[in-house]
Amino acid sequence: MTERKTVYKWFYVWQFEEEELWLNEMAQEGWALEEVGWCRYTFGKSERGEYTIRLEMRPFDEGYVSFMEETGASYIGRVFQWIFFRRKSSLGPFDIYSDMDSKIAHLERISKFLSIVGFANLAIGVANSMGANRGGWLNLLCATVLMYALGRIHGKKESLEKERRLHE
Amino acid sequence: MEDKTVALTEATYYILLSLYRPRHGYGIMQQSQTLSRGRVNLAAGTLYGALNTMCEKEWISPIPIKDNSRKKEYMLTDLGLSVLKKELERLKELVDAGESILGGDNND
Repeated sequence: MTERKTVYKWFYVWQFEEEELWLNEMAQEGWALEEVGWCRYTFGKSERGEYTIRLEMRPFDEGYVSFMEETGASYIGRVFQWIFFRRKSSLGPFDIYSDMDSKIAHLERISKFLSIVGFANLAIGVANSMGANRGGWLNLLCATVLMYALGRIHGKKESLEKERRLHE
Repeated sequence: MEDKTVALTEATYYILLSLYRPRHGYGIMQQSQTLSRGRVNLAAGTLYGALNTMCEKEWISPIPIKDNSRKKEYMLTDLGLSVLKKELERLKELVDAGESILGGDNND
């Protein structure tokens, strides 16, 4: 049986690039991602650099997963709307997005998700704070973090859009 | 509404060109790479999004799946072909304009 290990690690939503970088560093060291969960990453022993890992936010779409699999990638799992793939590095460079338009569209999907969850927390937080419920501050705190995240993602999107005006 | 003549992205252009013959996703990636002499590497997520958008615009259409192959194939429509031809005209104009100023021996 292959050796496995589980690591618990927290990334904020605007750190998805760092998360992917870390997963690829693990893969370089011979630990390829096999399972994902909420802040939980399970790795299996592999050759050093055998796999390239990619993650993205996308509402579940079975057609998409099989499309990815046709191109040699395998689906690892999902956490909320984040999906994880890996592909043998020997098949060549593995990316999910190859142009700026689709990178911008990806950031827009993240923004949309954050605003929905953020506003829901804000509404619940305000409603609870006005009533007798004392838990309202927790939702307001969540809303604050989510709104901050939205700002970070928006910043990333703006710098890409600036580039996009000059070239692809 | 009819699309105005606007520039296609490089990805769109090569996907349409690849679909002059029916191809599935991976085939489009390989063909784009060949046509661009290795320069254009379409990533799967970008390609998937582009294929869906182009199907909605009816520039391409999926081909009914054959019995033992689960891979979905696409093909250029007549509308897609005319979009591609219009783009080729635009690109020719760009090249002509560039060459008339920078090309040849008469640089001045």
